[in-house]
Amino acid sequence: MLQNTPLKVALVGNPNTGKTSLFNQLTGLKQKVGNYPGITVDKKQGSCKLSDSQTALISDLPGTYSINPTSIDETLVLETLLDAENADFPNVIIVVAEIENLKRNLLLFSQIKELNVPTLLVINMADQLKRKGISIDIDALEKELKTKIVLISARKNQGIDTLKSELLNYKDWDTSPLLNIADKIDACFFKQVKKDFKDVPLYKAWLIITQQEYCRFLSDDMHKRIDKIKDSCDAIKKFQHKETIYRYQKINEILKKTYKVDQSKATDTRARLDAILTHRIFGYAIFAGILFLIFQSIFDWASVPMDIIDQFFAELSSFAKTNMPPGVFTSLIAEGIIPGIGGVVIFIPQIAILFLFIATLEETGYMSRVVFLMDKIMRRYGMSGKSVIPLISGTACAIPAIMAARNISGWKERLITILVTPFTTCSARIPVYAIIISLIIPDDKVLGIFNLQGLTLFALYALGFAAAIFSAMLLNRVLKIKQRSFFIIEMPNYKLPSIKNLIITVIEKTKAFVFGAGKIILALSIVLWFLASSGPAAYDNAAITINEQTQGSNISDDDLAHKIASYKLENSYIGIMGKTIEPVIKPLGYDWKIGIALISSFAAREVFVGTLATIYSVGDDGDDTATIKERMRAEVNPETGEKVFNLASGMSLMMYYVFAMQCIGTLAIVKRETNSWKWPILQVVGMGILAYVTAMITFMILS
Amino acid sequence: MHTIASLNVGERGIIEQFLFDSIPLQLLEMGCLPGQEVKLIQLAPLYDPLYIKVNGSHLAIRKETAAQIRITKL
Repeated sequence: MLQNTPLKVALVGNPNTGKTSLFNQLTGLKQKVGNYPGITVDKKQGSCKLSDSQTALISDLPGTYSINPTSIDETLVLETLLDAENADFPNVIIVVAEIENLKRNLLLFSQIKELNVPTLLVINMADQLKRKGISIDIDALEKELKTKIVLISARKNQGIDTLKSELLNYKDWDTSPLLNIADKIDACFFKQVKKDFKDVPLYKAWLIITQQEYCRFLSDDMHKRIDKIKDSCDAIKKFQHKETIYRYQKINEILKKTYKVDQSKATDTRARLDAILTHRIFGYAIFAGILFLIFQSIFDWASVPMDIIDQFFAELSSFAKTNMPPGVFTSLIAEGIIPGIGGVVIFIPQIAILFLFIATLEETGYMSRVVFLMDKIMRRYGMSGKSVIPLISGTACAIPAIMAARNISGWKERLITILVTPFTTCSARIPVYAIIISLIIPDDKVLGIFNLQGLTLFALYALGFAAAIFSAMLLNRVLKIKQRSFFIIEMPNYKLPSIKNLIITVIEKTKAFVFGAGKIILALSIVLWFLASSGPAAYDNAAITINEQTQGSNISDDDLAHKIASYKLENSYIGIMGKTIEPVIKPLGYDWKIGIALISSFAAREVFVGTLATIYSVGDDGDDTATIKERMRAEVNPETGEKVFNLASGMSLMMYYVFAMQCIGTLAIVKRETNSWKWPILQVVGMGILAYVTAMITFMILS
Repeated sequence: MHTIASLNVGERGIIEQFLFDSIPLQLLEMGCLPGQEVKLIQLAPLYDPLYIKVNGSHLAIRKETAAQIRITKL
């Protein structure tokens, strides 16, 4: 059968309406997450079969309360729906609403309805109508809103088939607008708009006039015309308010006739939960408990799969070495690529657990309560309650965390949040901490219950948060930015999380992280391997030099081979680089090999362990199944005969990683979000100095 | 003169007018409009922000914003 071109469907709706649940039901796992050109906002698309001959390409646009954007993410809704030239311009728009907040949901619907694009209203959570005592006269509402309405329950997969078959009839839908805004707001002004923008539909003209700065698709001529009309009228803000008030008036009238709530059925579960979860003592205690649970799970539950992965890659590398013909290619695979990939894969358990927790907190509606609890406290440090989300997400990865700061409306609050978020202990630091802790901290119990290694890790997390708070306090004093900070958040009703949504979110986010970081790490490990296994003349003549040196002395073949290998590494390109920076890092207690790992981990912290793995396995000749940890434990300083990773140098290294800004991805995102190099440079320099000084002091005290 | 900030927990009022020199559009779009009933549901532990129900929406706003919204107490 002939396939028609896919129908382009855009899902639009307020946050917390179950829009993403509907998207997941329609598309299942047939989704892909990409990026919109120019901005890093997740672009979620998926395909869905409507009939034998018709498929639909569904886009899940960011949740928004209005077509007038208040953040970069929301700008996308405006851009996609307003610019007919946009590749994602939809054939059909589905506005997702839900039964309890229908009134507010309809504000967005009434705006969308004016765009002359076939639009359908979906009302979610229809299975709970009875329980909540809500009755809706659908037929009357359809007439009043001039639209088709489909009742669904996305969680229970009800009404989805009706929705699909309804989409096939989109050509018959009424596309006339709901309201006539022009006369109601200011007839005179809109007459002028009509005259100046003959070629643009009136509502669209009104939107591009009011949202000019967000419409990147406008031509120069258009901008000139908009500037002209803005100059002639100073009441545009007032008109926007009038428009909103008028829309609500109309919606209230319509709902009075069609929507009823039986107050006697109203339950007070929400009020009871709120009373506990935002209580002045229990509220904070519960929040602290949840944070503790998250950290416990990262340290404890994730360690089992991580050890297995670590061992697996060590075995795989040795398998490749013994079963492939010896040569450059084999050594690239066994010593460069496999340890490199292993360094990424080992993160998966921790990242997945973290994303699972964060997604659960958001899905249940608890995150808004945390914002509510923390706002006053955070404001003392120049941040907003909403900064808590980036700071918690930062424990997974600073990159999505810094993007989550977009919801903060005050520029100073947002900037401080962006600047201090990299101090929170992200999962890329965990492998560095984990391996050093296991080398230098004994696996003992303190007070009979607390594991000393776990406590050390907890202390490092606490130190990261403290650094974030203190630097925020400092920035709050120093930064002289006038802001019109404005704080308003929805307190959504509590919901049980949907397992399907959680699984999809965790898979998508983990995948994005692993592939994003994976590319850098893979590329770097190949470069590193090359630099470590080639060098100038001294490198090539290693065998001759060592043979000359050892002539006459009674040395076993094994020892000889080992001596040659170390000499080679020292004289490889990377060895030369490491030796060059050795004087700078010596006061911190590091040797030149650690220096190499420090240099390469400027790209991303997790590269540190992978680099050491590559360096030690290139330098090693015999025991191939040794894990990274065993190799690090065995490292001895040839001059002093002391272990390279001892208490003083290990603690100093960890202090360095607590404070240093070692992540190119984060710097790139800070540049993009702040639109200036000034702030990422400030982070590199400020955090670098702090890291260096703290590490040096630590080393001096402990050695 | 009463504002939302002068409500006690559980009390209600009708929004009269905004005292801002420029009202954020988002506040209106979230349902906080003149003529609508507002109820103070809860205060955050440090008495700020305020958790309100207005026009069917559950919102949290800061005290400084609440103090700019004039009401008549019910």
